[in-house]
Amino acid sequence: MKNETLSTLTNGILKENPVLRLVLGTCPTLAITTSATNAIGMGVAATLVLICSNVVISALRKVISDQVRIPAYITIIAGFVTIVQMVVKALSPALDAALGIYLPLIVVNCIILGRAEMFASKNGVVLSALDGLGMGIGFTLALLLMGCIRELLGAGTLFGFPITAGLIEPMTIMLLPPGGFFVFGILVALAGLTGKRKKQGSNTSGCASCPAGELCGKSEGGTE
Amino acid sequence: MQMVITILISGILTDNFVLAKFLGICPFLGVSKKLDTAVGMSVAVTFVMVLATLVTYPLYKYVLLPKSLDYLQTILFILVIAGLVQLVEVVLKRFIPPLHRALGIYLPLITTNCAVLGVTLLHFTNANVSTFPLALLNALAGGLGFLLAMVIFAGVRGRLETCDIPKALQGLPITLIAAALTSLSFLGFAGLADGLFG
Repeated sequence: MKNETLSTLTNGILKENPVLRLVLGTCPTLAITTSATNAIGMGVAATLVLICSNVVISALRKVISDQVRIPAYITIIAGFVTIVQMVVKALSPALDAALGIYLPLIVVNCIILGRAEMFASKNGVVLSALDGLGMGIGFTLALLLMGCIRELLGAGTLFGFPITAGLIEPMTIMLLPPGGFFVFGILVALAGLTGKRKKQGSNTSGCASCPAGELCGKSEGGTE
Repeated sequence: MQMVITILISGILTDNFVLAKFLGICPFLGVSKKLDTAVGMSVAVTFVMVLATLVTYPLYKYVLLPKSLDYLQTILFILVIAGLVQLVEVVLKRFIPPLHRALGIYLPLITTNCAVLGVTLLHFTNANVSTFPLALLNALAGGLGFLLAMVIFAGVRGRLETCDIPKALQGLPITLIAAALTSLSFLGFAGLADGLFG
């Protein structure tokens, strides 16, 4: 039991990292990782929504009937996103301005709906909370990695402090959209190289919940 | 007229939803493998974008804002979009079966497409969009931009199929790097909308 609890928590951080392994939630990953600070802000906001929605959906999993589950999940998630939006606006207007539209767009982040469908609707409240926490940490770490690389190469700073000033000329392209796609592509390739390549199952599991399942490119084999 | 041209150019080229704003990346990477599915998906997205704006824009301007309920924006918009997509599917199936056959499979995917929710939210932060018709035009431009990016990228991916790609980069990584180059080409349009009218 103890083991299961622990593996639920660590699952999302490495083995099924939502961004680098399951390739979910790509929009915020690419859009807001222009600085490490933004990456952490986005990661924490999404983690809060993920834990709360996982807990509530897990608690209500016997009440919500199968046919209306997706609209019900979306409503629950949207409720928590609204709360997080108001909290961020009150605590840090600067972060709110930096994340802009991507904060309300957490609603349609497929990591959250995916975990609701794949995990919270089948498991108990405590495990679901842990799963949300683990996935959230995995998401935040991946965003932070992207954010650090892009900020360091693109602006020569880290969390706003100058690091490579005078050593390397900052490459502004890394902060622009092409840099986002490029860094993400390289990271996914690296994650595919370092991880166990034989395990196909974990690649598809994240997408089974997505309505785009059969059409979407994941059927062609994610990171492989 | 100037407004109309500015909105069209910025929506389709300079502020392209996919390549500049990173919205709708999932279908962009997932459905762009073949040209016909790419076009089908884009047309469905454009259709829902305009339709969603048609409902959410007045709702926000005339119901939420006067009653200072604008914090309910996110939750209301996603419910409207989800409901609308269902409705469109039923209506198309009942009355225009050929169109339903063409777009039907793409419709359920659109609820969780962030480009649609994104476009309805972005109308209120875009300084060019001041009236309801302009918001509709903005949604149309966003959809057309999505279509353009999808069609171009489907072509790029078609070429990738025949290339000899290093093993580590096969699949998603090379797709992302190709997207980076496509997006780089769109950077060439930067400043076009503002520079056009001085």
